Amino acid sequence: MTHYDAIIIGAGMSGLAAGIRLAMYDKKVVVLERHYVWGGLNSFYQFKGHQFDVGLHALTNYAAKGARGLPLSRLLKQLRIRWDELDLHQQGFSAVSFPGVKLKFSNDFELLRSEIARAFPSQIDGFDALTREVREFNELDLDAPQQDARPVVRRFVTDPLLEDMLFCPLMYYGSAREHDMDWDQFVVMFKSIFFEGFSRPQQGVRHILKLLIDRYRKAGGELRLKTGVKRVLVGATLASTGKRVDGIELEDGTVLTADVILSSAGLVETNRMVGATLVSPGGAPNVAGGASPAPTGKLSFTETISVLDQPAKHLDIEETIVFFSNTERFNYGQPADDVDTSSGVICMPGNFNLPAEPKDHLVRITNIANYDRWGTKRRDAGAPPASVMRAPCPQLRGEAPRNHAAEAATSHDYYAAKQHWYERSCADVLAHVADFRPHVKLVDMFTPRTIRHYTGHEGGAVYGSPRKLRTGATGIEGLILIGTDQGFLGIIGAALSGISMANRWVLQRDGAAIETG
Amino acid sequence: MTDEHIKQAIIGIIADIAPDEDTGSIDPAVRLRDQMDLDSMDFLDIVMELRKRYGVQVPDTDYQHLASLDSCVEYLRDKMAGKQLVS
Repeated sequence: MTHYDAIIIGAGMSGLAAGIRLAMYDKKVVVLERHYVWGGLNSFYQFKGHQFDVGLHALTNYAAKGARGLPLSRLLKQLRIRWDELDLHQQGFSAVSFPGVKLKFSNDFELLRSEIARAFPSQIDGFDALTREVREFNELDLDAPQQDARPVVRRFVTDPLLEDMLFCPLMYYGSAREHDMDWDQFVVMFKSIFFEGFSRPQQGVRHILKLLIDRYRKAGGELRLKTGVKRVLVGATLASTGKRVDGIELEDGTVLTADVILSSAGLVETNRMVGATLVSPGGAPNVAGGASPAPTGKLSFTETISVLDQPAKHLDIEETIVFFSNTERFNYGQPADDVDTSSGVICMPGNFNLPAEPKDHLVRITNIANYDRWGTKRRDAGAPPASVMRAPCPQLRGEAPRNHAAEAATSHDYYAAKQHWYERSCADVLAHVADFRPHVKLVDMFTPRTIRHYTGHEGGAVYGSPRKLRTGATGIEGLILIGTDQGFLGIIGAALSGISMANRWVLQRDGAAIETG
Repeated sequence: MTDEHIKQAIIGIIADIAPDEDTGSIDPAVRLRDQMDLDSMDFLDIVMELRKRYGVQVPDTDYQHLASLDSCVEYLRDKMAGKQLVS
């Protein structure tokens, strides 16, 4: 039987970062990944000779080279990566676009501030005060009491339109809760998006993943792909006052033992592997906390990918990312229908300030979607052409229009639904960006079902459970939660989660044990 | 190990931890934190690297002695005696 100092469940950002830290300090560590590729929520695939990213629109938490004390700088030092190696290129500018008002923002916070002063002159003093409150809040204090964000924000911002415009990007890029956020998560997202901002490597997420996987292997870490975990094995502690982790059983029946297990599988999913409800001992529960079974996240998404025949800029689409709502009140919640196309995120990856024009000119649109409705659609309905999506708007090319809505509604067919919602999704962004549809030459789309498949998250919940275990402690000695459900968000946040949990629960303890031993 | 070697050992560790920092111009009398972007996580790394490279143990309570290059030398002189500089 193989024994490890640490087993890490999941080869996403948090698992790989934790793995690098442990391997770097000569721990015997293995990362187990159910899928055949690493990356988890942030991955990539090839489709008809084109390379697409999953998850990553942008790296939040931009920090200039040499900037001090920011999450990105911390991450680089902890993983021993030079700033230049990340190959980061900043956004041009982005926008939050609601009916009748558009607020531009960039990596220079002053742009957002001046836009708010222009569009909401009565709110600017309140916004400045909110900004100070955010700046002074220490989101790294994992033991701080939890509170809802909206009541705090309303103390400063009294116009509900501006309130929703501020929440829209922060929620889309990281909220596991419907309709509100935990205040500390609001702060994390506000800083990472509005203070620090967006950037991306020329080659997108695959570049970051390659850096991490190379570091991990070079440090001597072991990675097992296509290796699902069936159960986490829990035994009694010597003191028999509690439980501690023994190891894991793989789906093929193999047992691996370990001193520590770091699970990035998610809270609900880890509960299932343990066969019990994990509760952080002594840690302050977040707003959705308590001892009841952990709720499965309700927020899942569809994403459409359109490949254009020319750069988006040539069609007068200048923004890097547009967060939009077609209604004044932005509704961040599980839709009753398959997809809620009334709000979303439009990303033009080619509009980052990249040194070279990307090979593919993409428009990606993200909308909130209902996992249960997608999960029950039939995939064998055989409505041809089944799996290959058509470029949009046959009517624009002089072809006879098809009624995809009717097809989708009557057949419950997965592929017909994809075609229908692709077209709805594109049509519903046209108040915010120019009509790119006549220039689309290739289409793909992923659904909550795809997300479930790639991430293993129940309900296709991109940001995990609304309940977070912020200290990582689970009540079972040696079993630590990392990643999304530890509560750090975004690529940088997830990686820092893995790093800080590996430090706190393995490396620092190790030091203490040696000194006293 | 001479005092100069101890300084080089610490500078070598910092150069690995913070590859973007200029380690050529560190003032040995000034706190490291005040000259470059090092936080408590990084000091943990300095301690772990000392253990990994030189087998030197630094208990939590002694982290304060690693504040500047000069104080590192003072604190580590006995502990590093007889060790070889790892490049």
